[in-house]
Amino acid sequence: MKSIPSNRETIIWLSSMDFTSNSIKTIMENLNELNDIWNLSDLEIINKLPINSNLQNKILGNRKIEDLKLYIENVGNLGVKIITILDENYPKKLQNIPNRPKILYTKGKDLGMDFSIGIVGSRKCTDYGKWSCSKFSRELAEVGVTIISGMATGIDSISHRQALESNAYTVAVLGCGVDIVYPKKHLGLYNDIIENGTLVSEYPLGTPPKPHNFPMRNRIISGLSDGVVIVEAKEKSGSLITANYALEQGKDVFAIPGNINSIFSSGTNKLIKDGAIPLLNIRDIIEEYDEIKNRFTCKLLESNEGKFTNTEIKLLDMLDEPTHSDDIVYKMEIDIATINTILVELELKGVIKEVGNNIFIRN
Amino acid sequence: MYSKVKACILQGLDGYTIEVETDLSKGMPQFNIVGLADIAIKESKERVRTAINNSGYNFPISRITINLAPASLKKDGSQIDLAIAVSILEANKVIKKKITEDTLFLGELFLDGRINNISGALPMVISMRNQGFKKFIVPAGNKNECAVIPDIDIIPVDNLKMVVEYLNEEIEINPYMIEFDNSKEAILDMDYSDMKGQNALKRALEISAAGFHNLLMIGPPGSGKTMAAKRLPSILPELDFEESIEVTKIYSVTGLLKDNELIKFRPFRSPHHTASGVSLIGGGRIPKPGEISLAHKGVLFLDEMPEFSKNVLEVLRQPLEDKTVTISRANATLTYPADFILIGGMNPCPCGNLSNPLKECKCSERSINNYLNKMSSPLLDRIDIHIEVSPVKYKDLDSKVAEEKSETIKQRVIKAREIQKKRFEDVNINSNSQINDKDIKKYCVLDKECEEIMKLAFEKYKFSARTYNKLLKVARTIADIDNSRDIEREHILESIRYKTIDKKYW
Repeated sequence: MKSIPSNRETIIWLSSMDFTSNSIKTIMENLNELNDIWNLSDLEIINKLPINSNLQNKILGNRKIEDLKLYIENVGNLGVKIITILDENYPKKLQNIPNRPKILYTKGKDLGMDFSIGIVGSRKCTDYGKWSCSKFSRELAEVGVTIISGMATGIDSISHRQALESNAYTVAVLGCGVDIVYPKKHLGLYNDIIENGTLVSEYPLGTPPKPHNFPMRNRIISGLSDGVVIVEAKEKSGSLITANYALEQGKDVFAIPGNINSIFSSGTNKLIKDGAIPLLNIRDIIEEYDEIKNRFTCKLLESNEGKFTNTEIKLLDMLDEPTHSDDIVYKMEIDIATINTILVELELKGVIKEVGNNIFIRN
Repeated sequence: MYSKVKACILQGLDGYTIEVETDLSKGMPQFNIVGLADIAIKESKERVRTAINNSGYNFPISRITINLAPASLKKDGSQIDLAIAVSILEANKVIKKKITEDTLFLGELFLDGRINNISGALPMVISMRNQGFKKFIVPAGNKNECAVIPDIDIIPVDNLKMVVEYLNEEIEINPYMIEFDNSKEAILDMDYSDMKGQNALKRALEISAAGFHNLLMIGPPGSGKTMAAKRLPSILPELDFEESIEVTKIYSVTGLLKDNELIKFRPFRSPHHTASGVSLIGGGRIPKPGEISLAHKGVLFLDEMPEFSKNVLEVLRQPLEDKTVTISRANATLTYPADFILIGGMNPCPCGNLSNPLKECKCSERSINNYLNKMSSPLLDRIDIHIEVSPVKYKDLDSKVAEEKSETIKQRVIKAREIQKKRFEDVNINSNSQINDKDIKKYCVLDKECEEIMKLAFEKYKFSARTYNKLLKVARTIADIDNSRDIEREHILESIRYKTIDKKYW
């Protein structure tokens, strides 16, 4: 007689048929051993398992060990690794969250368990959002904090990019199978993350990016993180779902305040009003966590004064707040050609940054 | 009774000599024109007959055969009318004096014997002068455009009778001559001092004008892109004699010459974004020049650039590179010059409000991508300067700061142009933007410090290898404006400023 698959393999089997974490949980609760499912008669399955008949039929129609073997082989061939709740390397941070994923597919490096911060925000973002996101992502990455996000357009991709550029580890939690590149234009980012980070998804291979998958994957982003930063969010935004999950899971929520008339900051401003920690400076995060406090060297405070000419210092003073290059011209009474030269030079030195539309700010 | 006179036809901008032969022989009265003539020429039979009669001469009653040689060349255009009429009159002994071999006849006839203006007079005169013609009988309406050509006699005529009397030496017509003079100020009611703020944009346009660099402006609606582009002619140097002739030739062929005078100001063309590929690069059964040739030595302004259809934008690639355009049709393959500054204007997204914190952008991600992707990277590669434009704040509009006058900027541009003219004396280019990749090392030398800056910039902004040469060319122009022999660090730094927004959009 053929040996029946183990409990772990059974989870993989159920996942391969698109069973959600919730239904896998229901099945587990109603059986002594999960792999009993292979031995039960059709009638027993219908009577014992309180799941809807579609799912029951799926089980009845697909109890083929060969198919399961083929799927596992396929997963291995694609370089995808599987972590189930039965495995020792199942992330501890996810152990206690509500509706924890029963299975995780990962691609790239082994899923790291280090201190991590989730950074999320809207797909469409303002220059301010891009600037603040890359600033904080970079500063966190530079002290070796893992950046977790969702590889979507906008804020998500910027935070991954910054982490990769600072040679830090980054995790992207996807709303589709880990073998699917979504959005397509992020193929480069996708490959870079496989190289230096990890792609994670609870969805089986080949799952297309369905809209309702995305709110669900947000609970994993917040679950894997020790704290979550919301960069920009409109009043009704997926990022706020992540914030809610984070609160539910007992994680810290940081929000970057914005102009009160900017619709892109209405969500984050409201979060702050409701008690989220306003993120004004990287130290706001550092000081919340003892783990990284000592890691954080004084490099950010490293002063550059002395290396600059008087004009440059005067200009830097002006750039404490975002300033348009036209205003610089008027206030400093220097022609635009010279101002452009100084601006590029300072930007190359990494002291200032263009946030877009000729507006510059000190880094 | 046989006679022969010379006329001319145009193919593109090149003229070809046509010998108009007339033979009057006995037989049934007939009037035939042979020699691959098109409809306009075949119809000239009627005009010539009536014009001769109405001028008080007798139209010969005999078998008339007109041959247009060479017979293999297709001929079109009504400018041959006059030559046919003169030829018939000479064969009929109305014109008694011998017509010299180096006389060319151009002109279309009215029924009453008056002579009508023709299009393309200037290019014809120039090519025929090169073939050794000395005396040109031209319609009086075309005299101003032709009269600046040296070493030839332009004889302006009003009607057929005048031509006959002139040839019979009964009257005298003085050759018409005018000196080329481009010193007359263009009456431009637009000036950069009308524009408040936008210093960065004005500076970019100055560089563009000085080095003939193409420029792309990206900014929300109402940020002054169109306003800035329309003022560009006010800082461009005047056309010199050769350039003026080149431009006038094109306008003459197209029949767009106003007042039939030489064009002395740089053309500014701004076709609407519904323009077709043919209207832009030229075309037709016998290809006519399109907008890009009409913008020769001047500015082609494409507002709302991504709204142009994709294939229309792509046809610009080859002319942007070669500075000429070759159009092939069944009837002819013609090359027109197209050396223009391309100024493009576009919004950051279809609705224009992307990354504007006060207004919501209503565009889907897909539509933004589609919009930006209309600008293909080969096209973007051919645009040296990219600049972001932001709306002017009320504070600026109200400011009392005196803005720089166009005239001041123009003087700097002219100086930079003169330096370039000197630099490229021995080569076949005339501006920094045309330096080709293999000569770039010769003209744009960087010292150690500049090399270092370039390296840093490439790491920081992730420029492509192509961008390197673009930066060098723009830096060369900035150095020229500064009257600096070498490219210094501030020149290279400023040039980097005009490429940094690339990564944000594409």
